[in-house]
Amino acid sequence: MTEVSEIPLHMRRAQFDPISELGEIRDGAGVCPVVTPFGVPAHLVSRYDDVREVLSDSARFSTADRRALTPPDATELTEQEYARARVGNLLSYDPPEHTRLRRMLTPEFTMRRMRALEPRIVEIVDAALDDVERAGKPADLVSTFALPVPSLVICELLGVPYADRADFQRRTVDQLDASHPPQRRLALQQASRAYMATLVARARRDPGEDILGLLVREHGEDISAEELVGIASLLLLAGHETTANMLGLGTLALLRHPDQLARVRDDPASVEPAVEELLRWLSIVHTGIPRTATTEVTIAGSTIAAGEHVVLALPGANRDPALVDDPDRLDITREPTGHVAFGHGLHHCLGAPLARLELRIAYPALLRRFPGLALAVPYEQIAFRPYSVIHGLQALPVTW
Amino acid sequence: MRIVAERDRCIGAGNCVMTAPEVFDQDDDGLVAPLVDEADPVDPASLAAARRAVERCPATALRAVED
Repeated sequence: MTEVSEIPLHMRRAQFDPISELGEIRDGAGVCPVVTPFGVPAHLVSRYDDVREVLSDSARFSTADRRALTPPDATELTEQEYARARVGNLLSYDPPEHTRLRRMLTPEFTMRRMRALEPRIVEIVDAALDDVERAGKPADLVSTFALPVPSLVICELLGVPYADRADFQRRTVDQLDASHPPQRRLALQQASRAYMATLVARARRDPGEDILGLLVREHGEDISAEELVGIASLLLLAGHETTANMLGLGTLALLRHPDQLARVRDDPASVEPAVEELLRWLSIVHTGIPRTATTEVTIAGSTIAAGEHVVLALPGANRDPALVDDPDRLDITREPTGHVAFGHGLHHCLGAPLARLELRIAYPALLRRFPGLALAVPYEQIAFRPYSVIHGLQALPVTW
Repeated sequence: MRIVAERDRCIGAGNCVMTAPEVFDQDDDGLVAPLVDEADPVDPASLAAARRAVERCPATALRAVED
């Protein structure tokens, strides 16, 4: 277990909130030094305007510099090893390489495609709720609802055959278990990539209607098998734990604000703004991928030298009074804000329309199925995850 | 106010379609396809939403032109 003092400032939470020191830095100097979880020293940028400025300037802030992810004392990967590790991972490319891959994927996440996917997501959510109901109360909503729903949506997206889905789900949950020792985690990651490679091979032979099939049909040999495996792995990584934690943590947030919960349950028009406000207020992604300054820049009066690294405090930006009045209050009746929960700039979350759709379907469906939903243990006993890439809950025991 | 969309900057995040559906659509490639010609003014009823969409475009691909 990592000591709390080692957790970088921007990744520490007091239940739903960023810790107060983050707000003090944002409202004070704006920028402060941190050491990232990779052991790399960086500048932490915390204000809404500054975070947006860094994220929207890929020329001066690169995501392709491997030093941002390499501890100073680590054995350097060879160029070849690094290239292999990142192939297909959009986040680790700058334009024009990034543009090429992103353009291939954007057609899969249009509003129109989301509308086509909607009935399938409704079925997945309803089936998961049937399972919860059948298993009876009390239930852990994280393992019975929050985790399976996005995992099954990804199965749908990637064309995972029905026969493989139970194994796929089990492997995915195991892969996200941060308590595994590094060796085991590496092995699980390799097993996941090996499975993705079988999906890619199948899509090459017989391209279906899923994302891999469409990429193969549309781009043929212009996209390599390694890239397709990298893309599939990124979609799983980026689309599963994020949505799962929004579902778990968002449900808890609503249970703690019963008036707002009732609105989400009873008033369909409240759902879209409620999802945006939960995204802002919870800011479950602490930070995007670290940036590296390509030239000397000044942010909030601090000089950042070329080659130095920058980390963005997304909860700091989303709780900035410059973005919204009374930022620490959850208020689903707000006019939706221009929050940065999905990032900003070229690397803005590709799956944002899908995540929004899943959340808009899942919250009201859950609350309508169980109108008497309540915590099965005292709130004080709910375990927030102390140290993870995505903020969330260990478990959410509920009754109804 | 008129809207100018630079499609080569667009990353297909779909924020504009969500924020101002009367003003923006996406083509099959996921890129922005404004519903209002860039020579024409935006309908006054859609102005506020259109401005929000411009300000929130993650790729800075939209511009509001006040003539």
